[in-house]
Formats: sequence, C-alpha cells, structure tokens
Amino acid sequence: MENQNPNAEEFLKGLWKENPVFVAVLGMCPALAVSNTAINSLAMGLATSFVLLCSSILVASLKSIIPKQVRITTYIIIIATFVTVVDFALAAFSPAIHKELGAFIALIVVNCLILGRQEAFASKHSVGLSILDALGMGIGFTFAMLCIGIPREILGSGSIFNISLFGSNFEPWVVMILPPGGFFMLGFLLLGFNWFTKKKKARINYG
Amino acid sequence: MDNLIWIFISALLINNFTLSYFLGICPFLGVSGKLETAFRLGVANIFVMMITAACAYALNTWVLVYAPYLRLISFIIVIASSVQFVEMAIKKLSPELFKALGIFLPLITTNCAILGLALFSTNKGYGFLEGMVYALGAGGGVTLALILMAGIREETKLMDIPDVIQGTALNLIIAGILSMAFMGFAGLFSTY
Repeated sequence: MENQNPNAEEFLKGLWKENPVFVAVLGMCPALAVSNTAINSLAMGLATSFVLLCSSILVASLKSIIPKQVRITTYIIIIATFVTVVDFALAAFSPAIHKELGAFIALIVVNCLILGRQEAFASKHSVGLSILDALGMGIGFTFAMLCIGIPREILGSGSIFNISLFGSNFEPWVVMILPPGGFFMLGFLLLGFNWFTKKKKARINYG
Repeated sequence: MDNLIWIFISALLINNFTLSYFLGICPFLGVSGKLETAFRLGVANIFVMMITAACAYALNTWVLVYAPYLRLISFIIVIASSVQFVEMAIKKLSPELFKALGIFLPLITTNCAILGLALFSTNKGYGFLEGMVYALGAGGGVTLALILMAGIREETKLMDIPDVIQGTALNLIIAGILSMAFMGFAGLFSTY
C-alpha cells in the first residue's frame, strides 16, 4: 500500500482497515440501539457523519488556539453544539424519524468515535486531511450501521427500507428487532469479520 | 409511593439501561472481565447517576425553561463539573472510598448511560424524588448487568473456545442471551 496516494489512504482507512465499529469497536451504543430498521440506521449514520465532519473541520482549524489543558472540554462543547443543530434540524424536517430515534440523537455527543477522531486525528492534522479522515470514518460508520440494520430489518420484519420482501407468508423473527437482536447481529458480524481477517492472514503466510 | 416502586423496578429490570437501551456498552464490555472490578464500577455508576439526577432536575427547573437549546451543552458541563467537585470532596473526606471508586469516576462521567439518564428523566417529566428513584434503579440495573456479565466471563476463561469467537464477538453474544433473559421481565409491566 506504500505507493498509494496518502490522501486517498486517509480517506479509505475508515471504510475497512480501521472501520470504527468492526475494528475499533467504537460507537457501540447507537450502533446497537437504533439499528432495528434500515432507515433508522441510515439516518443515524448520516447524522453522526455530519457531526463528525463539522467538528473535525472546526477542531482542525482552531487547534492552535485551543489550550492544551481544556482541549477535551472544548471538543465536547463543539460536538454538543453540532449535535444540537442536527437534533433541531431533524425535528423540523423529518419529525417521524426524529421521534423514532428519540434521545439517541442527543446521545451522539457521547459517541466515543467522534471524540476519538478529534483527539487522535483532527487536533494534529491540517483541515484538508481532517475532512478526508472524517468523511472516511463517517462513511465507514454509516456502512457498519447498514450492515447491522439491513439484516435486522429483513429478518425481524421481512422488509427492507419498509418495502416488503417475502409477502404475507413470512413469519418474522421478532427477536431480531428487539434489543437482543442487536447484540446477536453485531456479535455474529464481528465473528465473521475475525474469521475473514484470519483467513486472509493465513493466505498471506502460506503465500 | 406505589408509583415510585414501579419507577424503580422498571428502571432496574424491565428497561435495564445496559441490556435493553444499550447505554454504557463501552464500560460494560471493557471492564466486565473481573467480578470485583465490575462491582466497583457499578457502585461508582449508581453514585454518578444520583448526582446526575439532582443536576438534571436543578437545570430543568431553573435554567432550561428560559433556554431550551442549551439542554445538551449544559447537561454535559454541569454533570462533568459536579462529579469533579464531588470527587475532590471524597478524596479529602474519605480516602478509602476514593481508592475504591476513584479511577472509575472520570471514566463514566460523560458516559452515554449518564447522559441518557439525564435526558430520559427530563423527557418523562420526573420530579426530584422520582428522578432520584429512577437514578437509583437505573444504576442498580447497570450494576446488575455488569455483575452478571463478569460472572459469566470469569467462567468462560476456563473453557475451550474457538479462536475466531474470542473477544468482543463472544461478549456480545453473551450479552444478547442475557438481554433475552431480561426480556422476560416485561411481563411484570402488564399491570402498569
């Protein structure tokens, strides 16, 4: 991967190699709580990406004037501001989704993924690179949310994005849209992810 | 009084913060390796939640009526700073207690379970006493989940588990089974 463009690398790493949910296991609370339908997953992924992008831009451009001792507090205030923006915007444009997601929109503030990127990346790199990193991580997070949300909706209600797939004969696995389903789905996805990584490593070793 | 008992039981078992709202999953997966640590984290959680409930009530009554858009920012700042103050006070008054809970306090101060508690009790419009009981129940529920999880994880250490499922994948599947068991408590609620 050494000959790749470094900018592309910053963007691409969030999608797979350092995927926030599957590899770093960050931001689990929203990933599990609102991934019961594909639409909710998508809304949550996009909302989180927006907050991540805006706070990364702001942190990266203010990094020289933020005092080191209170940097975490400053990041949290910046994040909380953007979450409030998203919260109010969603309530105005799409009250139905806002009602479904409920308090979990507000809880984006404490998503460790966002604070983690500010501390680990945006506070040390230029604005341009931070935008790429935030976009990559945001898309990676949205992708992971959909990976959990789509199978849960298919199994739990027999539909995808509210479009019925199997007709009326399908007996839904109600457990998949209830809380335990979230744990199971993410558990099995991580299992699959581990298995895939192991196989790939073994293949490289045997050349 | 009847109402308070229901609030407590509902937060403790039926709407368990960890197992049915997925709040505070990070410490739940991270610190549940040993029974003793898990218990201490749980107690620290109850403690911070009680402070949170008091702060949330105060903010709701006196500040947020005038500036509702400050809700999130003020919750986070006020909760974090009051936990810091109480931490300093404990350090001075009871070094023993501080030694037992101290390292966990900064870890859980801005945890989703804490902020979630503040938001949920606001949304439900609880008064001061109800808020405190809700915090006690929610904290107890988190402690219960942590202890159960730590107990199971201590057992799994002695078992022969395939390599692929080790780690977070196994913990999540255990959590899923626990959560399914807790769903059974929903029947308690049919009278309320």
